[in-house]
Amino acid sequence: MTEFLQQLINGLSLGAIYALIALGYTMVYGVLRFINFAHSDVFMVGSFAGFYIAKPPEWFRKLLPNFPSLPLESVWGGLLALTLAMAICAALGVAIERLAYRPLRNRSKLTVLITAIGVSLLLENTGQFVFGAAPKAFPTLFPVHTFNIAGLVIASNQIVVLVTALALLGALQYIVLRTKIGTAMRAVSFNPQAASLVGINNDRIISFTFALGSALAAAGGILYSLNYQAIDPLMGVLPGLKAFVAAVLGGIGNIPGAALGGLLLGVVETFVNGSRFSTFTDAIAFAILIAILLFRPAGLLGKMQVEKV
Amino acid sequence: MIPRSQIVLLSAIAVAAVVSAGSARLDSYFALIISNIGINIILAVSLNLINGYTGQFSLGHAGFMAVGAYTAAAITMFGAPKFAPGLTQGAGVQALFPLALLGGGLMAALAGVLVGAPSLRLKGDYLAIVTLGFGEIIRVLLRNVEFLGGALGLNGIPAYTNLFWVYAFAAVTVYVVVSMVNSTYGRGFLAVHDDEIAAEAMGINTTRYKITAFVVGAFFAGVAGGLYGHSILTIAPTGFDFMKSIEIVVMVILGGMGNTTGVIIAAVLLTLLPEGLRMLAGAPVSLPFTAPFNNLKWIADTRMIIYSLLVIVLMLARPQGLFTWTDRGATKPKI
Repeated sequence: MTEFLQQLINGLSLGAIYALIALGYTMVYGVLRFINFAHSDVFMVGSFAGFYIAKPPEWFRKLLPNFPSLPLESVWGGLLALTLAMAICAALGVAIERLAYRPLRNRSKLTVLITAIGVSLLLENTGQFVFGAAPKAFPTLFPVHTFNIAGLVIASNQIVVLVTALALLGALQYIVLRTKIGTAMRAVSFNPQAASLVGINNDRIISFTFALGSALAAAGGILYSLNYQAIDPLMGVLPGLKAFVAAVLGGIGNIPGAALGGLLLGVVETFVNGSRFSTFTDAIAFAILIAILLFRPAGLLGKMQVEKV
Repeated sequence: MIPRSQIVLLSAIAVAAVVSAGSARLDSYFALIISNIGINIILAVSLNLINGYTGQFSLGHAGFMAVGAYTAAAITMFGAPKFAPGLTQGAGVQALFPLALLGGGLMAALAGVLVGAPSLRLKGDYLAIVTLGFGEIIRVLLRNVEFLGGALGLNGIPAYTNLFWVYAFAAVTVYVVVSMVNSTYGRGFLAVHDDEIAAEAMGINTTRYKITAFVVGAFFAGVAGGLYGHSILTIAPTGFDFMKSIEIVVMVILGGMGNTTGVIIAAVLLTLLPEGLRMLAGAPVSLPFTAPFNNLKWIADTRMIIYSLLVIVLMLARPQGLFTWTDRGATKPKI
């Protein structure tokens, strides 16, 4: 029983990270109906942004020797790094959309998909060139403790992950459901033509969606690196693909669905990892994907839609 | 009277035989590059049937290639010495190797049916993800099969690949794909590509067409995998990852989707490009006033960045590919 609870906690903290990334996929799919392959690399950039905020590169320290350095292992320092990385990635997301996707707005889906793969490769290869291909040790941004509660071992990082993820999910839910721009987002995702007819600036909403999704990916990137400690330019590929599976599992385009799918996938993966089939962990997500597409293509919370001609 | 296309096929195979006979005099490095060009032509032309002519975006070609490579290697390394030891020496090899390649192709085609039948009911980007996932599953499975070397892969595969087999199979691939698409039956592929809903309304069984394209594409990817394995002599699951699939996809995009000639040119160019860049990096040129270009190592370092920028710029400026001038494949925006 204790082991079950322990695995459940580990699974939830992994799942919360998947959920944060999955939200970006699902929101972009909602407004543009395409899979933003570059999203997993925005996640990677977010994690590197956190790394360089905590440990500024040599040239920066020479340029501004008196610039205050970020306090490590403190809650406020960690939150500051998180916010800055989110802002950087939000800008990156908007730039990607503006430069690569917007000129293709009315082109065939395949063209956009290939461009997205191109952007993803560009970020990965530029990352390898700029950051170096070797893995880097991620600094401890938040204070580290280990709690023993009734036989359960809970790392403070897991608490940070769960609390941050919950807070961000709550904030997202508020933005989407209670604010004017969130209402506009839902309108664009429901019917873009009708939305522009009632005076919504679709391009602005799409930019905003990219900013929001990329900020969440950056948060996911930092939380992921806190738990796994080593970061490299290709770190985004596998979590990104799995988060996409999570988005499909919950029903792509559906925000609570992405969160549910992420948590579910994280838990399932952790349990498989703890069993004797642990070498197959990476294949589980894709097996789930194929199964869900066969039996319930709209996902757990999605509604089937008939394509109108 | 033999049809013209078959004459072309037979003469291509004859030319392959003649070139192969003379290849002993070639430098082994150049022979390897020429053989890689042929293998990439098979891969790109077969993927073009799926991605270009039928309009289904598959990202799992490296997975099929892996299935073919492992099956063919298992046949020549374990199967033949056990059941037909006579085939492993002398002239027997000339009978064993094509059989092993066909075995690899058939296994890959079987994998194509297994993946295609459920997932081809999906559209566009979903299919891309499922095929990508399939490639990953294949790699995880191969890593866990002790018999096939696990994560280390197979070593010491016999060096059966020569230029004759590579170019004979390249010619067969081009022949099969071109005559399939240009037949009465093959118009269905183009119909599925142009408008699936309209094609279905006209009574075309779109799922069957998609699976046919998938299976034929997978078969030739498997054959190419077998040739590849017997050419580099060592195969490991990491060699057939997502990047390998992307490489093949880029060849198809650069050449122009649904343009076999363009895709062949692109396969040749993209195989030569990295080798050329490597040579440039090794041989510094010194010209006056070109200080930053004197050492061309930076080109080799940024090669992959240039590669990915190329994809983006190509999609923005010339989505029909570099070598497509007639605008058959372009789809109008739908409202």
